[in-house]
Amino acid sequence: MQRYIVIRLFHAVLALIGVSIVVFTLVRVAGSPLDALLPFNATEEDRARVEVLWGFDRPLHEQYLRFVWNALRLDFGDSIKFQGQTAMDLIGQALPASLQLAGFALLFSVLMAVPVGVVSAVKKGTLIDMVGKTVALLGQSLPPFWLGIVLIWIFSVNLGWLPVSGRGGFTHVILPGVALGWFSVAAFMRLTRSAMLNVLDSEYVKFARIKGTPEWKVVWKHALKNAAIPPLTLFGIVAGIMVTGVVTLETVFAWPGIGQLALTAVLARDYAVVQGLVLLISAIFITINLVVDVLYAYLDPRVRYDGARG
Amino acid sequence: MLGRAWSFLRRYPVVPVVVLLLILVIPAVFADVVAPHDPIDGDLSDRLLPPAWTDGGEWSHPLGTDRQGRDILSRMIFGARTAALVSLAALVVGGSIGSLLGLFAGYFGRWWDHVIMRLVDVNLSLPLVLLALVLVVLFEPGTATTVAVVTLLLWSRYARQVRAEVLSLKEMDFVARARVAGASDLRIIFRHILPNVFNTVIVLATLQVGNVILLEASLSFLGAGIPPPDPAWGVMIAEGRDFIVTSWWLSVIPGLAIMLTVLSMNLLGDWLRDYLDPRLRQL
Repeated sequence: MQRYIVIRLFHAVLALIGVSIVVFTLVRVAGSPLDALLPFNATEEDRARVEVLWGFDRPLHEQYLRFVWNALRLDFGDSIKFQGQTAMDLIGQALPASLQLAGFALLFSVLMAVPVGVVSAVKKGTLIDMVGKTVALLGQSLPPFWLGIVLIWIFSVNLGWLPVSGRGGFTHVILPGVALGWFSVAAFMRLTRSAMLNVLDSEYVKFARIKGTPEWKVVWKHALKNAAIPPLTLFGIVAGIMVTGVVTLETVFAWPGIGQLALTAVLARDYAVVQGLVLLISAIFITINLVVDVLYAYLDPRVRYDGARG
Repeated sequence: MLGRAWSFLRRYPVVPVVVLLLILVIPAVFADVVAPHDPIDGDLSDRLLPPAWTDGGEWSHPLGTDRQGRDILSRMIFGARTAALVSLAALVVGGSIGSLLGLFAGYFGRWWDHVIMRLVDVNLSLPLVLLALVLVVLFEPGTATTVAVVTLLLWSRYARQVRAEVLSLKEMDFVARARVAGASDLRIIFRHILPNVFNTVIVLATLQVGNVILLEASLSFLGAGIPPPDPAWGVMIAEGRDFIVTSWWLSVIPGLAIMLTVLSMNLLGDWLRDYLDPRLRQL
């Protein structure tokens, strides 16, 4: 177990280094940062002065090390678009909104998926199973941003039940959260269903039944507890899906989170903010995957063979 | 009669899916002939016509027109062509690169494996959509850039899956015998191992089409994919967004098309997986 954790940790650090190299390279490929900083009629002297000021005259490896050192202190530089604010200020202001949205979406998809998945497994092959599968599959085929627009059309414009956009009370998060979470329902539901089918077939479930445990207790307590392990692996993948959804949905709902910030920053070529966002989100992904893998190995000892999982 | 149709469907559930895909693909291929109007030049006197079956619609524009008077049906057909082109190109290029790297990582092991798998880790840790946005802004937005970006973002799944398969395949007798017979490493990889992972790649590719279409639509929606006025479903949704209250069909129709396409590709992928290799249930 310890060996496994050490190897996984090592891989996580390597991945983070890889990500930092990609981000560093990308911004330099993007053309000289000086072009974005200087007015087009700047003289050669101005150029040279700014170059020294920002450290662009140094050798590349030195620039990279400085970049990493700054990144470790969460210092990604000043925003070009929003004068007077650092990239980290902007990210720090936007992050809570996105986390709220993603958190609600995750909660929604788990609350939808687990009961449907369990019932589908118990009533395998019946109409309930088919309906559950269809609804989940439909969700997986919808572009979240489109679902968002349609939800606004139905629930805000026609029915007037929920606010159209912006961030405010709890009612504001419902539509974007549902639109974001719906996509992941299918994945969670399918894994819950197949895990439940496996577990329901096991010896200890049979034993619990023979013992006379009520059926609802067998299903919802004994079986579900063990069937909850495989869906855990999905959290890493779902986090990735959610970022894409967050970017598009925040645009649709004018939700003041990192998705909107990212889009604004990319279009304004505000690379300090873009760098910071990509690095931070990658770090979050890597951490989630690390935690999931270690937790998985802890819960299911069969994973802990020597060498990490592919 | 109905009973026979039902039992046919139960045995071949894939048939309606394929029919639906053909309905989408065939007009896309023959878009120039089939499309009733030009997808880019509109007639401003016909702007914002609703679909033909609703009040005020005209059968000359079956799905209505947008605010520049462009025929929605024609734009849908050309948009299908865009989606098909992007997914086909992204799958062929991404699938080949990913599979090749997976073959090498699995077969040669050691450094190949370490380096390639860490690259996969890095690729899977990056927020794809942000990276795609940056890349598209860097290079000219357009079909080629979109394909390149989508490819760059999706090769790693193939690499990972193919590597896992190769790891078990290379321990098999037929590989050892090929080696005894004097086959070179490259010959073993391409003549003996590759045919055995081909099914996996096909299944994975089919299941990925949905992802590619959704990613392309997301990028186009954000204005970083296919640039307007070229017809793309994501662009159409974005253009219709501000008119959702008055002209719902602008956004709703392309969204439904995306949903049907992705749904049928996913169903086809599921079916292919079960048909070709039930062991792949976990994909």
